[in-house]
This record gives sequence, C-alpha cells and structure tokens, in this order.
Amino acid sequence: MLIAILSTAAFAVIVWATVINTEGWAKVQQGFFDPATALEALPKVWDGFLINLTVLGISIFTVGAVALLIALLRTLRGPVFFPVRAVAAGYTDLFRGLPFIIVLYLVGFGLPTIVGERIDELFLGILAVTLTYSAYVAEVIRAGIESVHPSQRLAARALGLNHVQTLRRVVLPQALRKMTPALMNDFISMQKDVGLISIIAGLDAIARAKGVVATTYNFTPYVVAGILFILLAIPTIRLTDWYTARLREREQSGSVL
Amino acid sequence: MSDVLRADVLRATGIHKSFGDREVLKGVDVTLGAHEVVALIGASGSGKSTLLRCLGLLEPIDDGQIFLGDEDISDPRVDGNRVRARLGAVFQSFNLFPHLSVLDNVTLASRVVHRMPRREAETRAAELLARVGLADKAKDHPDRLSGGQQQRVAIARAIATDPEVLLLDEITSALDPELVGEVLELVRDLASEGATILMATHEMAFARDVADRVVFLDAGTIVEQGPSASVLRNPQEARTRAFLARVTA
Repeated sequence: MLIAILSTAAFAVIVWATVINTEGWAKVQQGFFDPATALEALPKVWDGFLINLTVLGISIFTVGAVALLIALLRTLRGPVFFPVRAVAAGYTDLFRGLPFIIVLYLVGFGLPTIVGERIDELFLGILAVTLTYSAYVAEVIRAGIESVHPSQRLAARALGLNHVQTLRRVVLPQALRKMTPALMNDFISMQKDVGLISIIAGLDAIARAKGVVATTYNFTPYVVAGILFILLAIPTIRLTDWYTARLREREQSGSVL
Repeated sequence: MSDVLRADVLRATGIHKSFGDREVLKGVDVTLGAHEVVALIGASGSGKSTLLRCLGLLEPIDDGQIFLGDEDISDPRVDGNRVRARLGAVFQSFNLFPHLSVLDNVTLASRVVHRMPRREAETRAAELLARVGLADKAKDHPDRLSGGQQQRVAIARAIATDPEVLLLDEITSALDPELVGEVLELVRDLASEGATILMATHEMAFARDVADRVVFLDAGTIVEQGPSASVLRNPQEARTRAFLARVTA
C-alpha cells in the first residue's frame, strides 16, 4: 500500500514536471483548458447535455423493447418462422455493420427530406440510436437466452409451462444475470454515442459547445462537454467492473449463479 | 373400449422414434395401470430415456399412439402444454431452477400453470417439503443443497400438481452412492401411497422390491416384460439374462 502511494506520487511529479516544461504547454493550456471560457460555456453546454440525457433516457426503454422483440423472434423454432428469423437476423447484421454516422445522416436528414416536413430532432435522435443499438443489444440478449442450459427449458416444459411462461419465468431471469455485464458495456457505448446526435440536432451538448468555440475561438467548451460525458460514464463503468468481478467470484466459489 | 383398457392410465402402442438416421425406438408398446409401478431397465442407449420423454410429450414421436386415460395425447391437435401439466417428470440431473428458492421451485407450476393462489400453493408446497424431509430448506436456493436433497425437491416439484403419472428418468444415477438411499426411500413411499410410476432405473434390487412389473428394453425394442420377481429372478430371454448378469455381477 505504502509503496503504491509513493510510486504513484513520484510518477505524478515526473509527468507534471515533464508536461509543464514542454514547449507549447502554455498554448495547450490556453486553447484547451481556459477557465474563463469554461465558465462561459458551462451553462450552455449543460443545457445541451440535458438533451443528450433525454435521448439516452428514452432510448434505454425503446432499445430494450425493440432488442428484446428481435431476440425473441430469432429464438422462434420451426420452419414456419424461418422468414421471421431471417428478417430479424438481417436486421442485426445490417445495423451492426452500418457505421452509426451513416444511420444518423439517413435518419436525421434523409427521413425529413422524404417525408417533406420538419421532424422533431429529439425524435430523430432517439430513432437513430434505437435502430443501431437495438441490433447490438438483441445479440446480447439472444446469446444470454442461448446460454441457459436446454435442461432448464425441458424441466419447465415438463411442468406444463408454455413457451411464453417458460421464457418469462425460467429462461429470461437466468439469461439476464449472465448478460448483464455485456448489456452494461453496450450502455456505456450508448452513453457517449448519444453525443453524436449533435450532427442532426443543433441543441445538444456538443453542438452548443461548438457554438461557443465558434465565437471564442477557444476549444475549452469541447473539453467541458467531454468531461460531462466522462462523468456520466464513470459510475456505469465502475458498476460493470464490480458486477463482473462479483459474478466471477460466485462462479469460482461453485454456485450456479 | 374394454374395462381392462379403461383401467390403464397410460398406454402406448407402436412408438417409433429416430434421431437423424439413428432409430432409437423401434415400435414399443407399454401400458401402465392405475397405481402400478413399472421399472424400465436396459443398458445405456437402449432407449429408456427417449421412451420416457416421448411418453411425457417432451419429444415428438415419429409413429405410434399414446393414450392418457381415454385421450389420444399423440394426436397433433392436442395441446401439449395441457397434457404435460397432467404428468410429472423427474430427471437424472435434477434440473431445479437455480434462480428460484426451493419453495418457488415447488410452487411454480401450481401458480403459473394451474393458476392456484400463491398462499394456497405455498401451504401445499410446505407440506410436500416437510414430507420429503426438507421443510427447513424452503427459503434456500438449490445450490445450497446436496444432490440427494435437490433430487428430493425435484420430486416434490413434480408431485406438487398431483400428476396422473410420474415419469422418473434414472433419478439416482447422478447421485453419490451414499445419497441414493434417501431418494429411493421417497419413491418407495410414493409407490406405497398409490402413485402411478414409470421409472427408468439401474437399481435392480429396488426394482425387485418396489416395482410391480419390469420392462426390459434393448436396442429400441421390448425384449421381455412381466412381474418384477419373475423377470429379474428367472428371465426367459437370453438377452435379458446377459444384461442382468452384467449389471448384477
């Protein structure tokens, strides 16, 4: 413990001394970390950040619902459901392969053009995030469902539970525990990718930061927006680490879940 | 239909089942009278488990008929879930639900399938758990229990909905030897109380003591069947004699 503290302190001093004495540090500090600009930008960036949070908050539910639906469609058995499975599989292939920025362009600019009228930017942002992230999350859910041993399904069926009851009471509760770390990783990606809606929405955190940058000719507002996104992500990242470690511990101690 | 047939709880005729090219059941006939205990014996791979799963509608059959009481349950128009709710099945590997407590394992089918109020289901489950000697484990999760205890919970779960037939698939094969006794003792009690049981088993001494009849299955066909004492002590067929010589050696 003591060694760790000493080592960290020594390392910090070296880094600090090196950075401070580097030629051009003053310019970096002025361009990226200017307190006055940060103070000016913060209220505006914060207002925009609330829009990002709104998109994120609503998308959690839309992504959850759409992804669960797609995952369940992919687990339907029997030749009758082949077209349904194929469409669901095609969807996940398409939107996992398609760069998110292309989805944003097509949804954000393409859709209003086709429809021929203005569409609420918040709605377009949520739509784009949902289309892309549902594909990723559906795959996580499907993998979780398939990780539940077939003998569990057999036991549920033997008790007379139907397909939906088996999924709801037996398969999904077990799958959820197994897929939580992967879901949380996708959530972390989503938290920062909602920042990309600044491309289509003029009012989110990054767009507002851009506005301040344009008037002050200083890049500090971007750093301010970046810090907000990092602060948003850190609790989820820590929680994921903690949960994953706990799962591993439980597995090693021999319990089933 | 004759009176004799009417007394049969379960009757299967000409059951065929293949997995790909491999024919596992080659035309099996089996009947189970009310309150009868029948032991299904045979080597691993002889088709015992497959037959039990086919009879329990857990595996579709390729050909043949299965009657539960007077109803042809092999008819594709029959609602399989409704039929399975009338049967009880216990498996070699327990298959308890790890995310549910012992009590919830036992009450799940009563609550979800049979729409029994939770309180009523739990009262009944508590009685059953007391009966299998696990009243104090109701709140525990299955991973806290020994194999023998888990299998006793699985039996309680299977009988919680008063099934017409109990299908037991080598329920002691995955247990440590010292835990086999407690599970067999429970099956013996159920049999003496009048349960109708079809059980695949390797426990020949138990089959002789508890089963009314023994059915010997070999390579997907029934080679010999009859009262347990006579089949096990005085087998008529060469293949039965060879099998019994191997397992009792």
